[in-house]
Amino acid sequence: MSILIHRETRVICQGFTGKQGTFHSEQALAYGTRMVGGVTPGKGGQRHLGLPVFDTVHAAVRETGADASMIYVPPAFAADAILEAADAGIRVIACITEGIPQLDMLRVKAALAGRDVALIGPNCPGVITPGECKMGIMPGNIHQPGRIGIVSRSGTLTYEAVFQTTAEGLGQSTCVGIGGDPIQGLNFVDCLRLFKDDPQTEGIILVGEIGGDAEEQAAAYIQAAIRQPVVAYIAGVTAPPGKRMGHAGAISSGGSGTAEGKFAALEAAGVTTVRSPAEMGRRMRELLDSSTAERAG
Amino acid sequence: MNLHEYQAKQLFSAAGVTIPDGSPVFSLAEARAAAEALGGERWVVKAQLHAGGRGKAGGVVVTEGLAALEQVAERLLGSSLVTPQTGPAGLPVQALLIERPLAIMRELYLSLMVDRSRQRVRLLASAAGGMNIEEVAATQPEQLHSVWVDPVAGLQPYQCRQLAFALQLEGGQIRALERLLFALYRLFLHNDATLIEINPLVVSAVDELVALDAKVALDDNALFRHPELQAMRDLTQEDQREAQAREHDLNYVTLDGTIGCMVNGAGLAMATMDLVQRKGGRPANFLDVGGGATAARVAEAFKLILSDSKVRAVLVNIFGGIVRCDLIAEGIVQAVREVGVAVPVVVRLEGTNAEQGLALLAASGLAITPAADFSSAAELAVQAAQSGVVQEQQI
Repeated sequence: MSILIHRETRVICQGFTGKQGTFHSEQALAYGTRMVGGVTPGKGGQRHLGLPVFDTVHAAVRETGADASMIYVPPAFAADAILEAADAGIRVIACITEGIPQLDMLRVKAALAGRDVALIGPNCPGVITPGECKMGIMPGNIHQPGRIGIVSRSGTLTYEAVFQTTAEGLGQSTCVGIGGDPIQGLNFVDCLRLFKDDPQTEGIILVGEIGGDAEEQAAAYIQAAIRQPVVAYIAGVTAPPGKRMGHAGAISSGGSGTAEGKFAALEAAGVTTVRSPAEMGRRMRELLDSSTAERAG
Repeated sequence: MNLHEYQAKQLFSAAGVTIPDGSPVFSLAEARAAAEALGGERWVVKAQLHAGGRGKAGGVVVTEGLAALEQVAERLLGSSLVTPQTGPAGLPVQALLIERPLAIMRELYLSLMVDRSRQRVRLLASAAGGMNIEEVAATQPEQLHSVWVDPVAGLQPYQCRQLAFALQLEGGQIRALERLLFALYRLFLHNDATLIEINPLVVSAVDELVALDAKVALDDNALFRHPELQAMRDLTQEDQREAQAREHDLNYVTLDGTIGCMVNGAGLAMATMDLVQRKGGRPANFLDVGGGATAARVAEAFKLILSDSKVRAVLVNIFGGIVRCDLIAEGIVQAVREVGVAVPVVVRLEGTNAEQGLALLAASGLAITPAADFSSAAELAVQAAQSGVVQEQQI
């Protein structure tokens, strides 16, 4: 098992024939992802990377039975692309695009409310179930099918967590990069809820950063509902308040949204935190080893 | 991107929001002409800069008589004003706003912002105007009143009334607030703002609501559809290195430590700064070279770091996913050859083509120290910044 996507997921790419869409579709295909086509308005009927190109997402869904889409269109067109995918009945949307205007995402979120669709991102590395399905820009080769669910606001820090859990021999069930924007699709709690019911996920690594209160909400949810051990790291202890740190979401102001506040909330909820980003994997293995020992004892 | 008060007030005025009579000036002669055009004997002179706390720093002065006005204008124009929000170097004052003083009955606070956890635009109002709003939030949270706007339905009159009654407005003031809020909400959407703040919003002697101050921040990601706003950007108010970085699509923030950091990804960049601090050092900057880093961009990033004279060591931490480590290595070698480097450089490369990257660095013959992992990279950089040399073996 895994969450969100698996070997049967039928994936299309929006922005398929563009430079980014082409490169990452090639990578996804090489990884073994079951890609069934792509969408570029005006290029319907052509073939690209050996797959059919469609003018609209609706046509792609009708012809291929696609149920997931990864989006690589420029920021000005990304909100439209997300809404088109949702309207066509796509179930899992990974929007990789960085730099979408905040108010566009505000409208997208309102339009998606109450619909049975999982939006991942925008401004994120995407989602991967190792060995089965890769939708995003993460390097496939550092992953390994396994026991740990990873959810993160940051791209390269996700890779760091993946790399460490692979090195520890733990592997990953599914890794979700929820993205660095203030207005986003799935949040920590949404992903934790999915991991909670996944039998393959024996432990969860949560990687947060300064800004907003998603980590604080995650802490409350973990305390109330999560059975697996959780290791958390928060980036940005040294970030000066009021400064935007690359991600539009990574800004802390006044006393709210600081890394220390988030560490404190997670610790108060009984979550194991690591202050060094180099220790996420090792700490997770220790937790799993000790819970195995407890069961054995 | 931030606007100056006078620019924000121009947007306000066009949207039908009442502002004090006045005009922006850029020279002494203009200041005098503006005061004469306004008439009367008293004027408010307000220094225009992208920072709050101007009043206490002497940047907002009520003057009486033309001679006094000229004296204040002469002192402010061309000066650097230091406020609690500017840092020790201050910010240059190149414009003043000359306004007619107003008879003030009450001072209120009003702002609009995107509330990320509710995913709505939030309207925040308080009767405690003229004060630092963070302070009000900390000490008198009951003084803050909020409504959140449904993006589909839009702002509703009842929400305006809720705020009006919470602020204890009366009579015509209630309708005036409704008109003001509708105008500001439209302005917020139309210009892709991330913040509009009026502090204080003044109730005048004739029951008008007047925006005495104006702060507007815009969404950088949406500037592509607002060329007229982009033209309002004032680069003199921004950190020069940060502006230079933006030209090369680099995310750079100046900090005050000694270890220059070059990292790919915002999260990993923050984590690297944090680890440097844990190992006893202090980062000189935040620098994200981004996902599409080329050798040329890496070279630019490297030059940027080295242009900061505080830097005593450079730490490169790259986790190659889409970014190829051999390209990063090429960029480093190119930059070091071009600008020369007098400080130790520690490099950790992981992921795609890491081995080729490390081999390139080794073959370059430059004094670059490879680090085995994230943790030891930070340690080596901190040692190097303190001692000027890297303790461990060269490649």
